[in-house]
Amino acid sequence: MAPDPIPAAPVPASAVNRGGAGRFLRWDVLVTALLIAVFLGGASTSTGFASVDNLSFALGDLGEIALIALAMTLLVVAAEVDLSVASVLGLSSALVGALWDAGMAIETIIPLVVVVGMVCGLVNGLLVTRLGLPSLAVTIGTLALYRGLAYVVLGDRAVAQFPPGYVSLAVDNVPGTPIPYPVALFALLAVVTGVVLHATGAGRALFAIGAQEEAAFFAGIRVKRVKLVLFVLSGTVAAFAGVIYTLRYGSARADNGLGIELAVIAAVLLGGVDFDGGKGTLGGVIAGVLLIGLLRNLLMLNDVATEIQSIVTGLLLIVSVLTPRLAALVRRRRRAPAV
Amino acid sequence: MSEAEASRPILALKGVSKSFGAVRALRDVSLELFGGEAHALAGENGAGKSTLVKTLAGVHRPDGGEILLDGEPVVFDGPAAAQAAGVAVIYQEPTLFPDLSVAENIFMGRQPRTGLRRIDRKAMRARTAALFQRLGVGLDPGQPARGLSIADQQLVEIAKALSRDARVLVMDEPTAALSGNEVARLFGVVEALREQGRAVLFISHRLDEIFELCQRVTTLRDGVRIAGEPVAGLTHEDLIRRMVGRDLGALYPGRQTAPGEVALKVERLTREGVFTDVSFEVRRGEIAALAGLVGAGRSEVARAVFGIDRFDAGKVTVNGARLPAASPTAAMAAGLALVPEDRRQQGLVMEMSIERNIGLTGLSSLRRGPVISRAAERARATDWALRLQLKFARLGDGVGVLSGGNQQKVVLAKWLATNPSVLIVDEPTRGIDVGTKAEVHRLLSELAGQGIAVLMISSDLPEVLGMADRVLVMHEGRLTAEIPRAAATEESVMAAATGRAA
Repeated sequence: MAPDPIPAAPVPASAVNRGGAGRFLRWDVLVTALLIAVFLGGASTSTGFASVDNLSFALGDLGEIALIALAMTLLVVAAEVDLSVASVLGLSSALVGALWDAGMAIETIIPLVVVVGMVCGLVNGLLVTRLGLPSLAVTIGTLALYRGLAYVVLGDRAVAQFPPGYVSLAVDNVPGTPIPYPVALFALLAVVTGVVLHATGAGRALFAIGAQEEAAFFAGIRVKRVKLVLFVLSGTVAAFAGVIYTLRYGSARADNGLGIELAVIAAVLLGGVDFDGGKGTLGGVIAGVLLIGLLRNLLMLNDVATEIQSIVTGLLLIVSVLTPRLAALVRRRRRAPAV
Repeated sequence: MSEAEASRPILALKGVSKSFGAVRALRDVSLELFGGEAHALAGENGAGKSTLVKTLAGVHRPDGGEILLDGEPVVFDGPAAAQAAGVAVIYQEPTLFPDLSVAENIFMGRQPRTGLRRIDRKAMRARTAALFQRLGVGLDPGQPARGLSIADQQLVEIAKALSRDARVLVMDEPTAALSGNEVARLFGVVEALREQGRAVLFISHRLDEIFELCQRVTTLRDGVRIAGEPVAGLTHEDLIRRMVGRDLGALYPGRQTAPGEVALKVERLTREGVFTDVSFEVRRGEIAALAGLVGAGRSEVARAVFGIDRFDAGKVTVNGARLPAASPTAAMAAGLALVPEDRRQQGLVMEMSIERNIGLTGLSSLRRGPVISRAAERARATDWALRLQLKFARLGDGVGVLSGGNQQKVVLAKWLATNPSVLIVDEPTRGIDVGTKAEVHRLLSELAGQGIAVLMISSDLPEVLGMADRVLVMHEGRLTAEIPRAAATEESVMAAATGRAA
């Protein structure tokens, strides 16, 4: 879903836009190239890596991160961030466990839990838009708060034994393909998100808000409402991801998904979305998500300790924030400033 | 000062050239700055003024030619070298440390010390007070920089330059954001600098200021020095011709007005502590100017009318329909458009392209089904770019590459594309060159001629008098006068703006 800056009509092909979108197209290409390199490197060094079964597993293992990354992309483009997503996922998982344990039907639990996720997002959004607090601080607070609630709900217990029909929806592949259902859902939502971000007025508004909030507001864009909707969306998606996570592992625990907000943000930034907002493409984010997924899978296959995996995620995060800035610096040095 | 010193420039550029890639920003430009003289640098945007200033400031190194300090060639290999040589640049909007006092800002990094290597605050304050006294201004050295007006911040910068014993002061459009009496005070300071034998290079788009303040003027056009001559004996028209290379039509187009029905009605609008009980009407087909000093609350009224800020009391009616408070979206739907004061923060999304900026006010009208039609977006941008004679390479270029005047045209295009019935323009020609300024004036006249109600906020008094059918004047948050065109003079408007009117 990379944006196409070349218009159909009267501009000659030589006049391809070298502005913002053009630059980030190159970043997308870079990440995609890196993705291919990691894939080929993995295939030649780790036996079994390139097998359909393993890739299918790697994709499935990535499902929640990928889903949450879609909502996170929209937030970061609008120059906001939601660090509480993993805690909402955990709270959602804990609620699924507690309610299932209490004998409620899974058909009732899932919508209920998703509504709780919406409320979590709403709280974030209201704190940011009504009180004007920075989302980084607000969602660090709710990161702790929602995880705490998860422990209140379920304590240290683990609840298992979910209905096999639902478990298989979270685990099995779409018949005739190596694609797990959650990944298929991700693909569908990715298309929708890509269209919204790159082809609709709402998407334009997001970029404008992220690049220059005041100018967006002066242009009649309902900045606060848009942001509120994004936070609600983020909470909703995180809660639903919590349901998938719980069913996929067959285990509801309060500490489920601990720390995956970092993987999500690393994927988004690695995908070329500027942490300061206003720049990025969904195509880049998808490449970033896949890259994170493949790396995690490779590390797992090679029995690398989880601590090292965490170090790799952290490094990727820093590199992805640093690289575009270094590149911009180099560009500025080379291309003298305008008159 | 001896005769020899007086006849030798303190600082001179000799045959300086500077290119950026294929763009030749300066070509063989010479300039001599004498002690005790205010020297104007004139030229349209893009003529090379900024490059010249940056060359003097040591930011750019010339590709050819040389810089002479007291007749000796010097090389400024960085801003520090230029500063050490006694060249200080005062920018339009200085950047001070807001939480430090005025005195601390002036002596940042060079604080006087006591015997124990501790900062000698008393000495610092005393020296700052002495500097201000030399400049003839009454600022408090202990006051924090936060909350100082732009004019006061500039004075702090000038004092800082004096504390470093700068002999050449370069002022890059210092008056663009200043009100009338702030400009007068700055001019007094420049006079004081001249008396002390310092050289001043003064850049302004306001020709009146050049004629009032400067003894000599150098005009640049397309990177080339067109003329360097004494100001005495020159007329406005001469100078404009040198700047644009042709005669302009009258700067202010004549216009027959036939005001129609009331389009914008503001009744008893109040925002506590900002403005009080402001009522006025703007009719279709007329240009009403909102004049006053900076800080009188004019922009704040415009913001409240458009829904950017809340107001505490009063009401706003557009074409007979009352606007809900604090909703720019509703204001736009009712036919209101606001070209804001700060082009770069409020008017444009600088990172976006020309066409996307123009499209931003019409996201719903550009829709085909759920998605934006790129063709419609491009057509909207092309249409308005042509109508406003925008100078651009590609509509897909970022607005950041355009000159100030062309950026302002993009802001106008973005709002005119919404087909407004009421257009509010806040400082529509601030910081843009003479040629574009005349175009903007012509455009506003045409728009009024087409039946749009125009409310123009301007600190440029000749512009107010030249354009407005009616002048509304604000003073300290209140509307103090409404002067019809026939009775509007500099004196009558200034009297009301300073609260001297009955």
